[in-house]
Amino acid sequence: MDTQTTCAGGASQRKMEAQQTILEVRQLHKHFPVRQALVDTLLHKPGKTVRAVDGVSFSIGRGKVMALVGESGSGKTTIARTLIGLEEPTSGEILFDGQMLDDSRRHTRDEPKTPARISLKCLRLRAQMVFQDPYESLNPRATIFEIVAEPLEVHGIAKEAQEREKRVTTALEEAGLRPAADYFLRYPHELSGGQRQRVVIAAAMALEPELLLADEPVSMLDVSIRAEILNLLRELQRRRGVSILFITHDMGTVAYFADQLAIMYLGRIVESGETFQVLRNARHPYTQALLSVVPVPNPRLRRQRMILQGETPNPVDIPSGCRFHPRCPLASERCRHADPELREVEAGHQAACLLVG
Amino acid sequence: MQTPAGGASPLSRPVGLSEPSQNPLLSVRHLSTDFVSLDKTKKGAEVAHALEDVSFEVCPGQTLGLVGESGCGKTTTLMSVMRLLSAAGRITAGEVLLDGVDLLDLSEREMRRYRWKEMAMIFQGAMNALNPVVPVGDQIREPILLHELMDRPEADRRVEELLDLVGIAKSRKDQYPHQYSGGMRQRAMIAMALACEPRLLFADEPTTALDVMIQAQVLELLKHIQAELGLAIVLVTHDLGVIAEVCDSVVVMYGGVVAEYGPIDAVYNTPQHPYTQLLLEAFPDLNRPAETLASIPGTPPRLNDLPPGCRFGPRCPKYWGFCSEQKPRLVEVTSMASRQAPFLQQHWAACHLLEEVASPATVKEND
Amino acid sequence: MSKRWIVLKRNLLNFWQAFRRNRMGLLGACLVFSALFVAFFAPYLSPYQPNETIRDANGRGLTFAPPSVHAPLGTDDAGRDIWSQLVFGARISLTVGFLAGFIAMFIGSTLGILAGYFGGRIDNLLMRTTDILLVIPDLPLMLILVATLRRLELHISPIVILVLVIGLLYWTTTARLIRSQVLSLKERQFVARARAIGAGYLHIIRKHIVPQILPLVVANTVLTISVAILVESGLAFLGLGDPTKPSWGTMLNFAFDRNAISNGAWWFYLPPGLAIVWVSLGCVLLGNVLEEMLNPRLTSHHLEGEALMVARQPTQPARQEKA
Repeated sequence: MDTQTTCAGGASQRKMEAQQTILEVRQLHKHFPVRQALVDTLLHKPGKTVRAVDGVSFSIGRGKVMALVGESGSGKTTIARTLIGLEEPTSGEILFDGQMLDDSRRHTRDEPKTPARISLKCLRLRAQMVFQDPYESLNPRATIFEIVAEPLEVHGIAKEAQEREKRVTTALEEAGLRPAADYFLRYPHELSGGQRQRVVIAAAMALEPELLLADEPVSMLDVSIRAEILNLLRELQRRRGVSILFITHDMGTVAYFADQLAIMYLGRIVESGETFQVLRNARHPYTQALLSVVPVPNPRLRRQRMILQGETPNPVDIPSGCRFHPRCPLASERCRHADPELREVEAGHQAACLLVG
Repeated sequence: MQTPAGGASPLSRPVGLSEPSQNPLLSVRHLSTDFVSLDKTKKGAEVAHALEDVSFEVCPGQTLGLVGESGCGKTTTLMSVMRLLSAAGRITAGEVLLDGVDLLDLSEREMRRYRWKEMAMIFQGAMNALNPVVPVGDQIREPILLHELMDRPEADRRVEELLDLVGIAKSRKDQYPHQYSGGMRQRAMIAMALACEPRLLFADEPTTALDVMIQAQVLELLKHIQAELGLAIVLVTHDLGVIAEVCDSVVVMYGGVVAEYGPIDAVYNTPQHPYTQLLLEAFPDLNRPAETLASIPGTPPRLNDLPPGCRFGPRCPKYWGFCSEQKPRLVEVTSMASRQAPFLQQHWAACHLLEEVASPATVKEND
Repeated sequence: MSKRWIVLKRNLLNFWQAFRRNRMGLLGACLVFSALFVAFFAPYLSPYQPNETIRDANGRGLTFAPPSVHAPLGTDDAGRDIWSQLVFGARISLTVGFLAGFIAMFIGSTLGILAGYFGGRIDNLLMRTTDILLVIPDLPLMLILVATLRRLELHISPIVILVLVIGLLYWTTTARLIRSQVLSLKERQFVARARAIGAGYLHIIRKHIVPQILPLVVANTVLTISVAILVESGLAFLGLGDPTKPSWGTMLNFAFDRNAISNGAWWFYLPPGLAIVWVSLGCVLLGNVLEEMLNPRLTSHHLEGEALMVARQPTQPARQEKA
């Protein structure tokens, strides 16, 4: 299958109507059914579901960086996996460059295939994912060359050896591994953590994608190496104009190069907007609490820390009304019954709290 | 802390120091540890100098931070002090004085009496340090019974006290580790460490795998416990923000040696060692989003293939020829900030540049 | 593609260097390769033909002659040289053993990969089949199969029947082993990454799964071969082999049938028995060592200290890397 021609149709259309928004997500839901014990099935008890992503909408501008921040159980990794096709969305729409993602696994044959649809295979040509663990995301028995060339091979691009070598060289050198030829025949275990992560990024950039999904790209690296990788990502964004969805739990790195910021809690976005607006003027109590407890390397700073009690509840049992109300210091009776929507706080800044807007 | 009804607990000690004490509880001096390769098929032994000339002190009620990147020797330091090194580890020099007693001189049997009773440790990867088939309450009770401090019913009551102290419901005493969440498991580890009322607590990366909110809870708990029990805490981590939040003084380690050591204010605001300076610049600060974060090119040295002279030399931006000829010694750095610190007035750093700049009159060696 | 060769050569060299140091492994290798050598060069190593009767000066057959200068391992009941029989018998035993081993390995690995990777119904079906085969006792089942196949008069050589029967029944352990490996491999991040890139199942199995399990398959094959040789010997001993092409098991059968024991002709039954032990032991030693060496070890995370912290063999010069 020659993916180039099937996606090229989209490319010419792309040139005609270059969208300002590279990615748009509308009301995305991803629920996982929990396997029931046999007894419960026999007793006809209703099955439980893990509502990992429960109604998320956002959009990323072309060439912009958006940070998705949340703790474990917030659903941020599930969103990334769904966007790249590792999971199938339960409901909702994903639009890439204005075209609806056509997950042929879900749609029936009689649905009309309008031209404004993009297949998963084409999406993967233009969007790539950078994984978290540089020690695990590389095949230990593949050489660096094979790893970086793999996306090219899978999509049938640059079939000739010379051209392939050229593209791999470019990708490696742009990721900061010079001279690239030195790395071709090496194995992942011969490289340091930082170098491995660069290889992952090189492999992601080999197809020259327009969107990078970076899932905690630096949390497993040492502090002094993190900066290198973040700098690299920022440079790639500036030079190549690639948009980045930056998923992390580390607030500190967010201020560094994210244009937009969205805070997630239990499968929903509770606050979003321009990074500095959210950081300076956080309105949702959860965001405020998070910002107040992030450790800052300044011993002289005395601040009021809002330490929430308890832990994030299991997404199987999402609280009624506002899902944050059991831990919210400002919760009122209303919060137990009404589920707030994202409301505008100021231009380009929204929060989902009944006490706001 | 509640004592059981009907008499004083056999463990009661004066607790809750209101003022920080100046006398060090733990004094580590010139500690050096090697790891010898046990592989018999190799010709000759391969020796890795994991620690060299490490010195620091901890006073009761003080929290000392041990910070550095992977492979710098922070965990090895803790293991050496507790004498829990693996078979390949050998302490080759130095003293470890706990209340004046050199732990390195003790026999293994004597040492066992110190472990957990005088000093306890919260291990890295606490989640996996719990035995999955034994109820948590039993695991907390185990060291109490091993040290024969109480009989079983009393020990059970003590376990409930401890769970209370760390904020776990008593009813969960008989549950298994897999029924606890990550944060709760960490609290259970803390309860276990406090079982025999140690005076010194080692925490090896206690919050690394936790969410930031749980991390805040656990750090808050540690501070609360310290205030109540007058514990001295040595906190090992790679997170500079956590150190700034909870520690009074900090030891910055690199490649098995101490790069800088001093009160938290002094080290963070006037760092003297180039590594400390770069590390602070590499760490993102939410309140001061920088234009670029500094990065340190290269990788930490291999411990059996160390560069001559200063271990940081190959990566140091201020490197000059002399750096690879001689190892720098810890030199005292005078500053206003350190004079006002509650514990540890001195600020030390190991860099040749400091030695060159200072005149012989103001340079005082670490004893 | 020349890059592949360079990499392959380097890997083999590294492997050889590590293997050389393991005494058990070397011993096993020696045992196995010496047996292979003997089998291969059988015609040059045997002074007589295996079915040639050695006659003495009077022209009488030298039956049950003890080891002597003329016949280093003595003769059997018809005056045929034991050593020659042994050497030619090696060919049969080893051929059956290796072929059956390879067939079992091939079937087992394929089914293991399919079951492990696709899961669901395929997995269920295969695992239930494995269970059934494991429950039925081996020997009776094989006897029945061999007897049935012979009865069918399909004009297949008995040797081939043996190979097929052993190969088709001994894949179950391999399948289980491979399946569990694949199950855990499937969840690893580099496989998820390959899927995220858009790789199909064929690519993933070929490029990511197989290279990881290949070492284990190799080690397991060697062990399976040793089992196959033993089983073949057992079946041949029971008379299911080809009497015209005797393997070591068949030799034992002859020895038993022709009263070697009551005649005190230890040189008739000991050599083939020892030969079987020789090769099986060699395979087991080799297989165990290979398994140990090639076992994929867990990677370590940075918080536990980089695995590179203490260099075992400085293979590259420590250079100043501006990474």
